[in-house]
Amino acid sequence: MSQPSISKSMTSGESGLAVVFAVTAFLCVIASAKALDAPFAFHAALSAAASLAAVFCIINRYLDRPAALPPAEINGRPNYNMGPIKFSSVMAMFWGIAGFLVGLIIASQLAWPALNFDLPWTSFGRLRPLHTSAVIFAFGGNVLIATSFYVVQKSCRVRLAGDLAPWFVVVGYNFFILIAGTGYLLGVTQSKEYAEPEWYSDLWLTIVWVTYLLVFLATIIKRKEPHIFVANWFYLAFIVTIAVLHLGNNPALPVSVFGSKSYIAWGGIQDAMFQWWYGHNAVGFFLTAGFLAIMYYFIPKRAERPIYSYRLSIIHFWALIFLYIWAGPHHLHYTALPDWTQTLGMTFSIMLWMPSWGGMINGLMTLSGAWDKLRTDPVLRMLVVSVAFYGMSTFEGPMMSIKVVNSLSHYTDWTIGHVHSGALGWVGFVSFGALYCLVPWIWNRKGLYSLKLVNWHFWIATLGIVLYISAMWVSGILQGLMWRAYTSLGFLEYSFIETVEAMHPFYIIRAAGGGLFLIGALIMAYNLWMTVRVGEQEVQMPVALQPAE
Amino acid sequence: MSFWTRHQIFEKNSIILIVGILLVIAIGGLVEITPLFYLKSTIEAVDGIRPYTPLELAGRNVYIREGCYLCHSQMIRPLRDEVERYGHFSLAAESMYDHPFQWGSKRTGPDLARVGAKYSDDWHVTHLTNPRAIVPQSVMPGYPFLSKTEVDPDTIADHMRTLRTVGTPYTDDQIANAGDDMKAQADPDNAGSDAFTKRYAKAVVRNFDGKTGTPTEMDALIAYLQMLGTLVDFKIYNEKANLR
Repeated sequence: MSQPSISKSMTSGESGLAVVFAVTAFLCVIASAKALDAPFAFHAALSAAASLAAVFCIINRYLDRPAALPPAEINGRPNYNMGPIKFSSVMAMFWGIAGFLVGLIIASQLAWPALNFDLPWTSFGRLRPLHTSAVIFAFGGNVLIATSFYVVQKSCRVRLAGDLAPWFVVVGYNFFILIAGTGYLLGVTQSKEYAEPEWYSDLWLTIVWVTYLLVFLATIIKRKEPHIFVANWFYLAFIVTIAVLHLGNNPALPVSVFGSKSYIAWGGIQDAMFQWWYGHNAVGFFLTAGFLAIMYYFIPKRAERPIYSYRLSIIHFWALIFLYIWAGPHHLHYTALPDWTQTLGMTFSIMLWMPSWGGMINGLMTLSGAWDKLRTDPVLRMLVVSVAFYGMSTFEGPMMSIKVVNSLSHYTDWTIGHVHSGALGWVGFVSFGALYCLVPWIWNRKGLYSLKLVNWHFWIATLGIVLYISAMWVSGILQGLMWRAYTSLGFLEYSFIETVEAMHPFYIIRAAGGGLFLIGALIMAYNLWMTVRVGEQEVQMPVALQPAE
Repeated sequence: MSFWTRHQIFEKNSIILIVGILLVIAIGGLVEITPLFYLKSTIEAVDGIRPYTPLELAGRNVYIREGCYLCHSQMIRPLRDEVERYGHFSLAAESMYDHPFQWGSKRTGPDLARVGAKYSDDWHVTHLTNPRAIVPQSVMPGYPFLSKTEVDPDTIADHMRTLRTVGTPYTDDQIANAGDDMKAQADPDNAGSDAFTKRYAKAVVRNFDGKTGTPTEMDALIAYLQMLGTLVDFKIYNEKANLR
């Protein structure tokens, strides 16, 4: 059948979104003019500029594009949408380096406080949320969006749903990061750890996140495969639960719609419980379920082996998401939170060890019959070592959630060490491994520019992690023991400042470890850049030679 | 039909999968959080807790803005060494008007739940301006800029109104006089300081930063720090009545 020629016109999505952004730009200009505080004026102006840029981009794309939108299939094969994935991958690398750098700066500030420079926007208290948000939400978030958009298309064998929507998700999400990050530097924060952005950033994130869910879900719904692939269950649980957590933890009333300050609806003990219900499940669903999805797709793919046990992954999935949500109170042991809640939190945290290790076993055993590849493929090695780190931190976590252990570890650097063995070892390495796979795939390259550089990255970063976490174990346990040390006469043995002084050497070692991790990421960025720049094009089989299916 | 065959309903139907996920993740949160809103034993019955004064509230907002909570907890655990180092363990009631809570999660510096009245105002001014001038080994950033920024007595009533909407029991009287109260608390010569202390039990009127004129952020932050943990009188607090 011959294609009837269609006259070019704007889709309702294009025209609708252009109008919405034009109105938004107008409202933001008004908000900026009427703003009560400087950061809000700055953010409103930034939003106005971004909205205008969005209108320009939509119209520009319309003028440049052919009359018909990209087809869902070309000659019976899915026409995958790689643009938004490329964007998110690049942003992930950018934010990763920025986040590691800020981490190195604040680690150095703790060793040498003069580096705070006594200025508002360079002091530890404002840079620390910048570091955590940059690595978790900016780096991790972009990796999750990029990989989820890739995996859902490939495993459903359909083009990503939506035309502008995927772009709205990736660009809108990064704009959220920009608003949140500049806000921290200007002192805009609601002081809820890992949920610091103020009410207007939260509202914007809600819109972006719901769009993300819709794009992901719509792609699954139109899939060509009867089954939804395991990785997609984990991605779906991650997207849905993060939405629930975000809404539960952030209901706030702004003092004025023209000002940045708001007050959270919850107070005191209920706020504490909501916060750590959110906080621990940001770990459970953002940093675990999402990255487990990466494990379930990228490790089998890279090792060219099937997942070890499909049934284990079913048990792993339901047990993990059911148990994780209970674990929050272990952040509040011995606090004013009622004992029954603390005990429930501890019990479920210990049980959580089982599905966590079930998942680890499923990931590691996928290598059976392919272990030799670890010798030759540093990317696979990175992925596998990440799962090993996952196993280590998911043993350490339940152990630290036991109340007697927690009475020592809580408030100390041990917690920081634990978080980083998970964040650098598990989340970092599985992300690096996924990006090393993804970049050649989406840019149609035969392979990476240099496997040797991947090897260097692997060893430098591993050395960095070992320095980091061992320094924090020693300093955390040392500090916890010094706080509770008594002299033979029954007096507290150490003043607080003596314990601070004792931390100094470990803070230097920790900063050195973080520096090595950053160097590794810079090597990676160079390697990926060269892969895209000079890498050999993968020769696509001419479509005509494909056998009919 | 085996369990594994039955499970296919989730594997083949995305909406059922989503509903399943939502149900499974709802249980833990509902069981752990909802009772905290209605179990009477959650927050102790105790005298003396009042909402923050306008100046303390402004100081608390500085505390939040500068991320003090990232290095200082405000939650003393009922462990021997903590009670001896910092004072009586923290009660839930002591943070009941905290939106958001400031219990913290890390002690790079000491706990501040009962730092109130432990040091002089002068000590705080010097320490906040340059911590190493008083404690040479300290790793705390300096905050000299707080003395240079004034707080805004005109907008503080809006903040208190917002807090009242989310549950803090500010009276109409307190809100109507918010701006004046803010100035009065940092100025012992102010005509309104008597009326102010009647509105806020145990509130301290002092020139916290030692400078005259509109209160600065330094005044506000020190006013907040100096009231922390001072509201409950533990000589008359009945621990047994609040056993949980």
